[in-house]
Amino acid sequence: MPADPSPDPAEYPRESDQTVPPYFHPNVKATRLRAPKSPLISLTHTLSESTGPVFGDKAVAEHEHDLTKQHQAEPVGQRIILYGRVRDSDGRGVPNALLEIWQANSAGRYVHKWDPYDAPLDPNFSGVGRCLTDDQGHYSFVTIKPGPYPFGNHHNAWRPAHIHFSVFGTAFVTRLITQMYFPDDPLLSQDPIFNAIPDESARSRAICEFDLDATVADWANAYKFDIVLRGPRATPMET
Amino acid sequence: MDSNSTKLPPTPAQTVGPYFGLALTPEGSSRLVPEHHPDAIVISGTLNDGAGRPVKEGMIEIWQADADGRYPDQPLPADGFTGLGTCHAADDGSYEFITLKPGPVPAPGRGNQAPHINVAINGLGILKPLRTRIYFSDEPKANAEDLVLQSVDEKRRDLLIALLDGQKARFDIRLQGENETPFFMV
Repeated sequence: MPADPSPDPAEYPRESDQTVPPYFHPNVKATRLRAPKSPLISLTHTLSESTGPVFGDKAVAEHEHDLTKQHQAEPVGQRIILYGRVRDSDGRGVPNALLEIWQANSAGRYVHKWDPYDAPLDPNFSGVGRCLTDDQGHYSFVTIKPGPYPFGNHHNAWRPAHIHFSVFGTAFVTRLITQMYFPDDPLLSQDPIFNAIPDESARSRAICEFDLDATVADWANAYKFDIVLRGPRATPMET
Repeated sequence: MDSNSTKLPPTPAQTVGPYFGLALTPEGSSRLVPEHHPDAIVISGTLNDGAGRPVKEGMIEIWQADADGRYPDQPLPADGFTGLGTCHAADDGSYEFITLKPGPVPAPGRGNQAPHINVAINGLGILKPLRTRIYFSDEPKANAEDLVLQSVDEKRRDLLIALLDGQKARFDIRLQGENETPFFMV
């Protein structure tokens, strides 16, 4: 590619149709009236796409990364360390990325007025955490493993255990919302949301890894979840 | 061609689901400036599905430049203008932001883009973000020269232009069907 002398912002590659779910998926009932019917309009990236909100150290309080320490006592459930690294597609760590997570408790119940499941709430668990990545892109949460829960997509449909992630990296265009799943979960095969990701290897990237080396004896299990945000297509020229 | 084969493959998106309000839309997240800011404008509208029903499990997120057309590039104190707003749709599908009208921002190559706000929509049944832009009705000349707006079919262009009346702007979002909001592939 010839050198581009203009000060134009980096162009980010488009998402691959194999990596991301389509808007309409016949197995996900809720998409039927919410997927656009007109084709998307291609947009050349501008500063509006390549910039994004910037978060400083003060954006997150110290205790927010530990979901087991937000109440008087510890929540019920399997305590886990959930950690990983946020990188761009060139492998560079993304510093000061804001990660926000939310999840059900160990019985599969959210602290949300719309959650219809009759599993018990846990007075010691809100299920919400936030943290910023360090200067190499590393992050770490302490939480409990969420439970699966039924949902109304089809008869006897169950969501596999999962944790919702929201990630603000360096650009509005690469801001990621996803769900992280656990390895060897028998419910994955019947979940229409997980399986809306077309490509098997892409699906595997939504599953964390059990990490024995990161467990803490007599205290917590550990799972590693690395996140890759879309790249810039070309490395910006440094002058 | 670029060398995508040596790139790390990205983490796939998944729907935000119905319970994002626990984390992503705290009280005040749709106010980008104090309500009594002299230049504050209110942008409001409704988020509806293909049957015209309100999408109460929807999140509208905006990213915008300030009144001088600058995107914030430094972390700011909590009362500063961060350029980011998030709003959980109400039970009737309505949403509202209190913000500034952005100034024109540079276009690629040369010139400026018309003042606009970048929008991402997530929600139950939305498997990856829907992206659109809000332009303003008091900028006919800039809008006529804006490359992104002009790339939209003329018959649908008005759907991206908020009707600005004094300090109030109206922008309705229709996910599907008649008057479907134009969405961008980014």
